[in-house]
Amino acid sequence: MEKMTSPYKWGMVIDLDRCTGCGACVVACQAENNVGICDKKEISEGRGMHWLRIERFWVGEYPDVRVRFLPVMCQHCHDAPCEPVCPVYASYHNPDGLNGQVYNRCVGTRYCGNNCPYAVRVFNFYPHQWPEPLDSQLSPDITVRTRGVMEKCSFCIQRIRRAKEEAKEERRLVRDGEVQPACAQTCPSEAMTFGNLADPRSRVARLSRSPRRFQLLENLGTHPSVYYLKGGGREHV
Amino acid sequence: MSEKQFHESNELKVSGEFNETHRTQRTLQTPKTLQTNKINDDLLSSLRPPTLRWYLLALLLGAVVAWGLAAFTWQLTHGMYVTGKNRPVMWGFYITGFVFWVGLSHSGTMVSSILRLSMANWRRPILRAAEAMTVFCITVAGMFPLIHLGRNWTFFYMIPYPNQRGLWPNFRSALLWDMTAITVYIIGSSLFLYLGLLPDLAVARERSSGWRRKMYAFLAMGWRGTAHEWSVYHRASTLMAALIIPVAVSVHSIVAWDFAVTVVPGWHSTIFPPYFVIGAILSGVAAVITLMIVIRKAFHLEEYLTPLHFDNMGKLLLVISLLWTYAYFVEVQTTWYAHEPIEWEVFSFMSGTYTTQLLIMLLSNSLLPIVCLCFRRLRRSIGVMLVLSLLVNVGMFIERFLIIVPSLSHKNMPFVWGSYSPSWVEISVNLAALAGFVLLFTLFAKFFPIVAVSDVRELEARRGRVTMGRAGVPSIAEED
Repeated sequence: MEKMTSPYKWGMVIDLDRCTGCGACVVACQAENNVGICDKKEISEGRGMHWLRIERFWVGEYPDVRVRFLPVMCQHCHDAPCEPVCPVYASYHNPDGLNGQVYNRCVGTRYCGNNCPYAVRVFNFYPHQWPEPLDSQLSPDITVRTRGVMEKCSFCIQRIRRAKEEAKEERRLVRDGEVQPACAQTCPSEAMTFGNLADPRSRVARLSRSPRRFQLLENLGTHPSVYYLKGGGREHV
Repeated sequence: MSEKQFHESNELKVSGEFNETHRTQRTLQTPKTLQTNKINDDLLSSLRPPTLRWYLLALLLGAVVAWGLAAFTWQLTHGMYVTGKNRPVMWGFYITGFVFWVGLSHSGTMVSSILRLSMANWRRPILRAAEAMTVFCITVAGMFPLIHLGRNWTFFYMIPYPNQRGLWPNFRSALLWDMTAITVYIIGSSLFLYLGLLPDLAVARERSSGWRRKMYAFLAMGWRGTAHEWSVYHRASTLMAALIIPVAVSVHSIVAWDFAVTVVPGWHSTIFPPYFVIGAILSGVAAVITLMIVIRKAFHLEEYLTPLHFDNMGKLLLVISLLWTYAYFVEVQTTWYAHEPIEWEVFSFMSGTYTTQLLIMLLSNSLLPIVCLCFRRLRRSIGVMLVLSLLVNVGMFIERFLIIVPSLSHKNMPFVWGSYSPSWVEISVNLAALAGFVLLFTLFAKFFPIVAVSDVRELEARRGRVTMGRAGVPSIAEED
């Protein structure tokens, strides 16, 4: 069998000092990835479909209150708890180090969702509709998921594929900064950096070596591909 | 004498015996055959044509099952949102039901095979009911994982069938282990039940007519009761009893691994497999006791299921209840002592939010059985045993729920903590599962001897009286 090696190991660095919690990434992700449109009821029931959420924390007591924001999407773990538990290989590890999700294969046991410590997997509880004119906005690059299927952030795999194909035609590797997911592209304060962690000179690799870096729930040994840079916590309300 | 001749002569003897039986039935000559006939009559009484009461019961149960099917259809056509599940609580009442029914299924085979291997003679009248219960419980349990799928119609993706795309299920997933274990258990326990049923089917064949006779004749596979057949039968049932125990233990260990192999706080615990097996036997033994009481009442088997049987089962329940208490204590104690923040959060959320349920569980699984079952008078009281055995299973259902739901509600990321309450669909399906189980059991009791006739008769045949000097001692002959 051909050994599955890849020159890429996609990763992201999120600088919490830069994040303003504006939510542009959440909207961009929804628009890019055909994510279902949920109403108030669905969200309040805990059945929202965001692939990316901004966690907001209040720190301290009044009047010395600070707010902290933490954008959380699929961490694309290298030892992902969601992958081995899927009975049908719907969640799998791809050679680029991404956690893939095959919607057609998913039977909806929701075991992956339970076992994801970051709780970033969302399940299509409802059959989702795209009322006009939003239906014209659906991206042809991505499957529209039916109800009963698990889905999650893919690091905009369709963009990565396109960039890789273009690079292959020109017989080169994808250049640093050539591809970025919708959230990173949209972030007004440029808090998110995306790139190839396998290339030590890439921007994302350099930032991931910062002394401010940390990962979510590092103690679980999931080895996420997303690094966070600690914020200073100066954000007074 | 050649083997063939030997069999023929045996056959003659057997048919002669049957003729004799038929004759004595009319003339009522010897007390011995009279007793045999009485046993046959008593124990096969469940096969008599159903009464109006039976039809009413079946109708009621059928209605509940139909309601559950309607609820499931509703879920199938609308989507999983009709359940109470959400993010992060993606498993709820269905999986609770699944674990509960797998637990119940343990009783039967475990109780019956352990008692068979340890040659406990009081087991004989309850064997069949316990074994049948196992088969029906595991069948009901096996449906829950399929009901709970987001896309139920693609369930066959989980079966390893050859296909053009070369897709294979993921054997690293605990759910696949589950499927494998449950399939093995369904097949194994059905065989176990069928094997024990063989001689009784032959008895039923001799005593029935019409389509029933045809059915029994087909199912009895030409059983004649020759010495050779009996010896093979005894060897096979001992072997099956020994083989089914590891299967039963593995099934519930695997169900426990569904939880234990994850990284969910409160689930990820090494004690889960033995703890689940103990819990399974606890609910199983309790269910067998409930069943004994119901059968005793329904088929008037007071002579065969005596307070002595309840006394023995009570002792068994007491031991298992002590074991369960120990396992639960160990699990909670390590959580409490380590005080690991996330684990402790799950535990405090569970004990804070579900205090009533927790107390009911502790009371009915541990405190009440341990206190009550210490007294022989209470063990021999049918009423007390009925209440206790029902309570244990209520407690066990709560236990499964308290393991599954609180852990998911308060996982590692506090921002997505949630809560869960079952919807009417989930409750209906769970009720239908219960009704379906009882319905299957009632039907089984109408079509097959629910008390092991040949086992009871074997015991009667072995029973004797030994005189030592002037004292007479009741004795039971055993083969070496």
